[in-house]
Amino acid sequence: MKHIRNFSIIAHIDHGKSTLADRLIQYTNLVDERQFRDQILDTMDIERERGITIKSQTIDLPYMDNDGREFELNLIDTPGHVDFSYEVSRALASCEGVLLLVDASQGVEAQTLANLYAAMEHDLVIIPVINKIDLPVADIERVKLEIDHELGLDPDSAILCSAKEGTGIEDIFAAITGRIPPPAGDPEKPLSALIFDAHYDPFRGTIVSCRLFDGTVRPGDMIRLMSNGTTYKVEEVGIFHLAREQRKELTAGMVGYIIAGIKTVSDTRIGDTITLDANPAPAPLPGFKEVKPVVFSSIYPIASDDYQSLLEALEKYKLNDASLIYQKDSSAALGQGFRCGFLGLLHLEIVQERLEREFDQSIIMTAPSVQYRFILTDGDVIVVDNPLYYPDPAKIKASEEPFIRAAILVPERYVGAVMKLCMDRRGVNSHLNYPTPGRVEVTFDLPLAEIIFDFYDKLKSITQGYGSFDYEITDYRESDLVRLDILVNGEKVDALSILVHRDRARDRAVTICERLKEEIPRQQFKIAIQGAIGGKIIARSTVSAFRKDVTAKCYGGDITRKRKLLEKQKKGKRRMRMVGNVEIPQSAFMAALKTDNE
Amino acid sequence: MNNKDLPGLYVHVPFCKTKCPYCDFYSITDPSLIQSWLDGIEKEALIYNREWLPAFDTLYIGGGTPSILDEYGLGRLMDILRNSFSFAPDTEVTIEVNPDDITASRLACYEALGINRLSIGVQSLQEAELRFLQRRHTAIAAERAIGLVQSSGFRNFGVDLMYGFHGQTRKSWTDTLERVLSWGPAHLSCYQLTLSDGTPFGRMVSEGTLKRATEEQERQFFIHTSHFLQDHGFIHYEVSNFAKGEEYFSCHNLKYWQRAPYLGLGPGAHSFRDNARWWNCRSVRDYCRLLLEGKRPVAGQERLSPEQVRLEMLLLGFRTARGVDMDDIVDQPFNGEVLARLTSSGIVRVEENRVSPTLNGYLIADRLPLMFFSLISFFIKVFY
Repeated sequence: MKHIRNFSIIAHIDHGKSTLADRLIQYTNLVDERQFRDQILDTMDIERERGITIKSQTIDLPYMDNDGREFELNLIDTPGHVDFSYEVSRALASCEGVLLLVDASQGVEAQTLANLYAAMEHDLVIIPVINKIDLPVADIERVKLEIDHELGLDPDSAILCSAKEGTGIEDIFAAITGRIPPPAGDPEKPLSALIFDAHYDPFRGTIVSCRLFDGTVRPGDMIRLMSNGTTYKVEEVGIFHLAREQRKELTAGMVGYIIAGIKTVSDTRIGDTITLDANPAPAPLPGFKEVKPVVFSSIYPIASDDYQSLLEALEKYKLNDASLIYQKDSSAALGQGFRCGFLGLLHLEIVQERLEREFDQSIIMTAPSVQYRFILTDGDVIVVDNPLYYPDPAKIKASEEPFIRAAILVPERYVGAVMKLCMDRRGVNSHLNYPTPGRVEVTFDLPLAEIIFDFYDKLKSITQGYGSFDYEITDYRESDLVRLDILVNGEKVDALSILVHRDRARDRAVTICERLKEEIPRQQFKIAIQGAIGGKIIARSTVSAFRKDVTAKCYGGDITRKRKLLEKQKKGKRRMRMVGNVEIPQSAFMAALKTDNE
Repeated sequence: MNNKDLPGLYVHVPFCKTKCPYCDFYSITDPSLIQSWLDGIEKEALIYNREWLPAFDTLYIGGGTPSILDEYGLGRLMDILRNSFSFAPDTEVTIEVNPDDITASRLACYEALGINRLSIGVQSLQEAELRFLQRRHTAIAAERAIGLVQSSGFRNFGVDLMYGFHGQTRKSWTDTLERVLSWGPAHLSCYQLTLSDGTPFGRMVSEGTLKRATEEQERQFFIHTSHFLQDHGFIHYEVSNFAKGEEYFSCHNLKYWQRAPYLGLGPGAHSFRDNARWWNCRSVRDYCRLLLEGKRPVAGQERLSPEQVRLEMLLLGFRTARGVDMDDIVDQPFNGEVLARLTSSGIVRVEENRVSPTLNGYLIADRLPLMFFSLISFFIKVFY
């Protein structure tokens, strides 16, 4: 009988999670050296390029300890970004313990704390691992102090490791097998399995990743998803080595996959409980919630005749990403498109990048928006995530926007800059907390809308990379919201409208007008760009007309050269949209999204 | 006069005594290769003489500086061409000449060889401007050369001028124009100075040691030039070209603009026939070597798609007073609306089923073609 341990690695971004996972996999000789590549669990190009994990993966590591005991160590990989915190929480719910990775030079950061709290919520055994001890700037004593003071963990329990050089790996295996308890659970009880992930396979449909708490599941069983009662016949079960490995059954305590003819991942819900239709569990596992998008943006094909192709791309994309939602949208300026909801800005960027790269779509995205609430004079409450549906201001009694609680961890010398940034972003209710000498935890209530664009980049730059950031959405608060419209030669470009706090409207309008001025090519007439609230113009810029554009000589008989120049421009025109009689390039829509001037 | 169906012949003389800092045509200053080049031309002519059977009705000897050729060299060139190809009886035969190279005997030789049109590279009559352009001749030399032309038999001569460089005044430009007009040229080419990358002037611009004229200055110079020359009876028949009457239009250049067939001989020369374009390698040595090896000295070729043909018709058409055939424009959706807009804003005018650029149209001739290449999505707003 094999011994099972279910664990996860949690870390602040860049603290070396993927490298450690690589090392653990290599140590178990699951892959031979030839097949091995870095960040082996990150299969998408975009994950490797950005060094982040987007889609979590699970791998079963066979391990034998010095006493000859055989283990199945299930490493449940988690996405490393706050946008995916719910997925992380479900992955953690499937474990008994975690390796909490801390960079020996960076120390404890905001996400380290957030991860710790998440692990504590699930009563997990926490094994602190100080990684990157090979770095010349590693400061193990300081990091130990932070583990003690900021995390409240025993610094002596921390394992020293360099995932890059492979030191400390054996200690980690010893801690996983020695400190993390085996899973409890009764194989005879009714099936109760937690879905923590789902992948789409073009040949098999949805591959559901799950952790069995009680019961047993075998091919042929009828399973039921408890959130919506749908039933499916199990075709195959198994565990994850680097590829799927079929098994006769999965039993309590195990982590594995179920294939049951589920067409798309959207038919499953992460956090849902799988049980047997014939002998159901009395209650679902706790903690299930519907993941709701928090950032919204519209996607339009650059050429409107590509609408159908974009629709197909979104459908395909959605097969493997249940958290993206979309519905039809149309804009006077951009034609037919889709309004999409994302878990956060990173999620939005990932979708955008994958649509362009993997699905070969040329798209224009509109400014990201959060979900606002408007209480109307007749008592109705409407939720608006698209500036197009901003209600008649005369009928608005009150408006509200979502707020977050942000936790920012910085060296003391940056506190002033961080305070200023947060205040510029309409932050309120600040608190300073000094967990260890020289370090400050700054907490702020901030409107979500203020952080979805470039807050994190900004924070990184003002703290020279030392600031770290984590947040959770807390509540809706009253806010004086207006719709800022952008007019080009008097015509409203609906795709450029944004909802914004009245106090920030002018700044934003000025920025957008300036940006557009740089992006819109000169045409043979003057182009006025205006920012307006209602009918009132609050900002403007002008693109002067071009008065001359002709080459003197047509190069003797060399017509080819001239024609090729025009063909190049013609290609560029495919990326333009006509508003009234003004050509607006795709880049202008993109540029207008960026909020900061600096 | 010009028959659009008959082909034109171009010969590129890739030699100059000195290189002008604004020029990005191919030429070398080593005259020792002239003999090999002539041998090359002879071989190349033999390659094409069976493929180009119909008579040419224009011959243009351009460069480079064709007037660098002495009587012997030019004589041999003309022999080669006449032995290889046939020419219509009243063929327009042009040679580009540098004022410095003009002598009475040279002019007599040109006449004897059947050359009936001179294109004289005067560029400017302001000494300071000539020095700036690093031309070999002075204004006085140009005046003298023109005097020789006038006393020779040549009635059909044209003058090439340059304008629109930083620091040039309207007064100095007008002065040049007035003096040139007093010579009674049949044709004027007035080129706005183009500062191309890869030329010494282009490099000076990127280094910041040479300033471009502003767009507004260029525009004013362009309009002034056109008005001035039209007031003096010239037809502004192409962006940079003016003629005393239709009979003095450059028949050879019209072939380029009207997409008539032409054959180009010599390094870097371009040819066009039946919607195919090809061009020779630019290096004189490579050109000669390939011909010695019995190969065509062709560096590249292309066959035009219908879309490319259409783009060329517009890009060339909008550079000439003749304009573009209406039928070639309105065959696409929305182009009627674009045309109406451009007509009402005085960019083009429509006459006898042709759409021609106005002076304001010439000014933006590089922009006009693509305005008639609207993509469906591009004009989406029109639907609303």
